[in-house]
Amino acid sequence: MQNDSPWLRAFRGLAGAVLIVWLVLPLIPLAIWSFARGWFFPDILPKQWTLSAWEYALSDRAGVIDSLGLTIGISLAATVLSILVGVPAGRALGLYKFRGKELIELLILAPTIVPGIAVALGIHSVFITLGLNNTVGGVVLVHLVPTLPYMVLVMSGIFANYDPAFESQARSLGASWLKTFWYVTFPAILPGIIVGGLFAFLVSWSQYILTLLIGGGRVVTLPLLLFNFATSGRNDITGAIGIVYILPGIIILILTARHLSGRNGAVGGFGRI
Amino acid sequence: MTHVSLKDLTKVYPGSKVPSLDRLSLEIPTGELTALLGPSGCGKTTTMKMIAGLLTPTSGDVTFDDRSILREKPEHRGVVMVFQNYLLFPYMSVADNIGFGLKMRKVDKSEIDRRVGEMLDLVKLPDLGKRRPSELSGGQQQRVALARALIVQPKVLLLDEPLSNLDAHLRFEMRDLIRSLQQEMGITTIFVTHDQEEAVVLADKVALILDGRLCQYDHADVFYKRPANEAVARFFGGQNFIPGQSSGTAFDSALGQLALPQNAITGKGTLTFRPENVKIGPSQTNGLTAILEDRIYLGTQTRLRLRVGETMVEAIANPDEVGDFEVGGPVPIHLPPQALWVLQ
Repeated sequence: MQNDSPWLRAFRGLAGAVLIVWLVLPLIPLAIWSFARGWFFPDILPKQWTLSAWEYALSDRAGVIDSLGLTIGISLAATVLSILVGVPAGRALGLYKFRGKELIELLILAPTIVPGIAVALGIHSVFITLGLNNTVGGVVLVHLVPTLPYMVLVMSGIFANYDPAFESQARSLGASWLKTFWYVTFPAILPGIIVGGLFAFLVSWSQYILTLLIGGGRVVTLPLLLFNFATSGRNDITGAIGIVYILPGIIILILTARHLSGRNGAVGGFGRI
Repeated sequence: MTHVSLKDLTKVYPGSKVPSLDRLSLEIPTGELTALLGPSGCGKTTTMKMIAGLLTPTSGDVTFDDRSILREKPEHRGVVMVFQNYLLFPYMSVADNIGFGLKMRKVDKSEIDRRVGEMLDLVKLPDLGKRRPSELSGGQQQRVALARALIVQPKVLLLDEPLSNLDAHLRFEMRDLIRSLQQEMGITTIFVTHDQEEAVVLADKVALILDGRLCQYDHADVFYKRPANEAVARFFGGQNFIPGQSSGTAFDSALGQLALPQNAITGKGTLTFRPENVKIGPSQTNGLTAILEDRIYLGTQTRLRLRVGETMVEAIANPDEVGDFEVGGPVPIHLPPQALWVLQ
């Protein structure tokens, strides 16, 4: 690093700045809108400021707080289920060779390629017969369709670099399989669970079409609420809810950034997308 | 204090027609150090995993003191395996690694600390308890792995290629450590290796396994003096195999008639003798005149390729003994009768 030429360093700095501007710039009008009382062309900034949009957004009438709780609950449930299914699936795909492995990998990846609406329409008719339509449980289950591929890919990357002989060693030293998992396997795969769980949470958090179709408009998560206000033309309230909506993502990213470095085996699985 | 016996132990892996291990029977007395020797893929590691409970045999039985252990889970067998690459848990300190087995047995924290301290002294790593395994050298890691296994005072200790990852000077140190600890604690120990030198140096008795079958089970020196068959002799570096006819006291072959030691078999057979037992110089008994075809100087010894009539004879001699002989010239040799062995 120290031997890089000044030009290379300058370029790296510039690229970083462009990336930050690219990501942050669209959020600035959102924040400004949430404090504006009218904001009209050709004004660069609104003429008058107010907290009324925030007052409304955080009041009981808007339903934002309820919706935030519901969205967090659904995303957490989808994340936990993804981990419970994704860890064994990733282990099978990362450690073992078996007939039909490529087909299973393709099927797990398919939801990231097939349009969500096509998936949702098929599942919709199945869920009607199961009575899962318009329920929170149904929404959680359908969120697994887009979250599982990320979880499984991350875990198969982790297990590809994992030596199961450590488990044999623990067993032979007197550990039951449960203790073996807790003391030996779990610490080794924890980085993958964190990264995969993070992806699963954020993917579930940002679902719109699947929630709308399976929830039937009765399960109103934040993106649905946001869309209602966005289409009703209330830019100030949309701005306030928008900020609430992106906060968890930013908090999670800050908390787990150190697990996302390129040296981490957990992100290795993504090479296969 | 455990007598281990393997009874017709067989393993056929799914999808394979040929057994990886074919009816292996062995009696391993209490407190002995036994080597399972064989090339890679001969079934020796399979055997070890079946004793440890990490693999289920297709048929046959493993008993400890005449009690079958096949139904017991790996963690209840009292067998500890030390793997070739040590497998120290990377998230734990050296002390936590060594204490792992006691922690699984719910021993008190203070008792664990005390015994871990003792083990660290025993394997001569007294001050390294707080280190991470990755901060240790290969030899130190192996000693930690050994300490981690011995601390639970297993009935049976299994070692996978215990010396093969070590430098030459560490090998003898480790050999002495393993032998002294094993003798002191009296733990029945089985180790697998592909290296005949490792087997001979460390073990009380050696079981040679080739292609999933037990070829010979005996004290190490017997493999050199009285190999069971040509494959065994070749595995231990034998190179001279001469077909002929034995009368019990003499052997008729392309080398002429050679006097045999007592108790040799009679009938058709193959004469074998080790290259290092071919003596340079004339003799009344079993003296031959050979032509020197080639010589390779190896520092402490010289390898000679000799021809007697149409038969090639490989010999290893002290460089001083063969100083003057020239390639293409005659060399007087003799084969002491006690160095000869007739294979069926």
